[in-house]
Amino acid sequence: MEFLKRVHAKNILKWGKTNDKAIVLSGDLTTSCEIDEFRNAYPERFLSLGLMEQNMMSFAAGLAREGLIPMVHTFSVFMYRRALDQIEMSIAYPNLPVKLFGFLPGVTTPGGASHQALNDIAVMRSLPNMSVIETGDATDVESVLEISKNINGPVYIRMIRGDIPRLFPKNDPTKFKKARKLSHGSDIALFTSGICTEESLLVTNLLREKGITIQHLHITTLKPFDDCLIDEAVTKVKYGIITMENHTSVGGLGTCIAELIAKSGLPRKLIKIAINDTYLHGASKNYLMNEYKINAKVLVCAVEELVNEKLDISEMDVSQSTKNDSFSENQPEAL
Amino acid sequence: MSWELECKKISEGIRLRVLEHTINHGGYLSQACSSAEIFSILYYKLMRLGPSVGRLVPDSFQGTPSKNNTSKHIGMLYNGAKNPNLDRFFLSPSHYALTLYATLIETKRLNKKSLNQFNIDGSVLEMIGSEHSPGHETNGGSFGQTISQAAGVAWARRWKKEKGLVWLFLSDGEFQEGQTWEALMSMAFHKISNIKIVVDVNGQQVDGRTSDVMNLEPFLKKISSFGACVKQVDGHNLRALNSAFETFHKDKPLVVLAKTLPYKGMDILEERYPFLHYIRFKDEHERNDFKNYLKQMKSKKL
Repeated sequence: MEFLKRVHAKNILKWGKTNDKAIVLSGDLTTSCEIDEFRNAYPERFLSLGLMEQNMMSFAAGLAREGLIPMVHTFSVFMYRRALDQIEMSIAYPNLPVKLFGFLPGVTTPGGASHQALNDIAVMRSLPNMSVIETGDATDVESVLEISKNINGPVYIRMIRGDIPRLFPKNDPTKFKKARKLSHGSDIALFTSGICTEESLLVTNLLREKGITIQHLHITTLKPFDDCLIDEAVTKVKYGIITMENHTSVGGLGTCIAELIAKSGLPRKLIKIAINDTYLHGASKNYLMNEYKINAKVLVCAVEELVNEKLDISEMDVSQSTKNDSFSENQPEAL
Repeated sequence: MSWELECKKISEGIRLRVLEHTINHGGYLSQACSSAEIFSILYYKLMRLGPSVGRLVPDSFQGTPSKNNTSKHIGMLYNGAKNPNLDRFFLSPSHYALTLYATLIETKRLNKKSLNQFNIDGSVLEMIGSEHSPGHETNGGSFGQTISQAAGVAWARRWKKEKGLVWLFLSDGEFQEGQTWEALMSMAFHKISNIKIVVDVNGQQVDGRTSDVMNLEPFLKKISSFGACVKQVDGHNLRALNSAFETFHKDKPLVVLAKTLPYKGMDILEERYPFLHYIRFKDEHERNDFKNYLKQMKSKKL
């Protein structure tokens, strides 16, 4: 698997060249949100607003009212927690095309509870007019600028940064409201989002080798949640459905699927792999994924539960699979 | 007729109309008393606005803004079509809505019949104004947000090299919100000077005197130390207001602190001071006192 560095930094620099009404806003996290190269190239379209997220949200709304494309960058928690009223009343209520780039989802930062966006999807999904997108690989990150530009209204984008994997072909950009099909099958329907897609890929091959067929979809658009590929997977599945997300079990991808199952009226068992209604603490991503049970090992157990069979996949197999993908070059995540 | 006399007549009309409507249901009357001169001079003399492009009698409520709603943002139409060379007006404390509707009527931007729809279900003339309410561009009901939006608009207009200015009406209570200070700091930092802000310093809020609820003093000094150019004037003195807005303010926003009385021009309110935020009538007797007062005011009209 290929890993790329600072994908958003390069992408927004390139994209910004032709999109000359794009104004990038920073809340004192310019390098951390990978907009330093944009700042250096287009200082007249870069707005430093310091540590004032509430002002930054409403200020961005003012820019949007004047036909500019404000692209707000900070850590997610300082958006949906600290400045929620501003996002709602200044941006979402008037349906202004403000693009919110939120960084540090869930376990991806050792910054502890104050920095880990745990329930951002749940909160942002509940806002009228708001679209919600989550990125899981370099191709996703490269696609979101063009996607967000074409949305007539506000959009929240859950960003990953730093060294990120290329899971999907560079020449096959991610599309709005369209899941990416990663494998075919009808035993299990598996819906993964964000960094959990990369994690799930560690074991889906092993599961297939055991004769389990999986309809695996990578979900990027969480709102609107309206995609016939997802409906089809829910309809056709034999044993049950698994969702896997780097988010609290309340209100995220698992909840989206649960709502869809309830609406369909079909009897479907659902296992939600998610952070189980608790805050996290500061530690490495791998440690937290293990500690809060959102890793590949847990996915194997969920499949076993649904097919009611021990699959004899050892931790060794999983870690072997991990090793093959060589994470060794990755630096531990910093702030 | 001199502009001052015109503004006086408009101010009187604002007070009368707001009093008339308060008698029916109770309401935000003291805000009209404190701000009538400010609104009249803004709309009659200071702001360069195009003629209204809103309907003289507005349509009923057509839904909040959304991807499928094309009727959104109709409130701003009453301040004229967007034009790079003309000014824009932002009302932050949206509970001044009735005062703004009355101003629009007095300046021929709204038909007086429209006020029959005030605070009636399904009407856009809501008690606390929003984007669809005549004269409003934002929903300012959650305090401290419109100043940041106006700052964003001002920054964008400068970026686009537009000549028109941004005018913002604030209430003094909003300076208890941290965001107001964030906005001031950011305007000074980014040298935003195409914005003129007027603050209705009526010294009162829901719970009583501002000095008793959460003191703002030394108000002028604080604002000035945040990097704005500040002038303080008698907010009922039209000439003083006019010259304050002529102040040169290079690379800084202008903030005019208009010191006002929340019962100016309506003595009957004075005995209720400082509990004037929202006028309610205990009984018919009280209501009748106000009805008689209205009659007296009308007989003395300019």
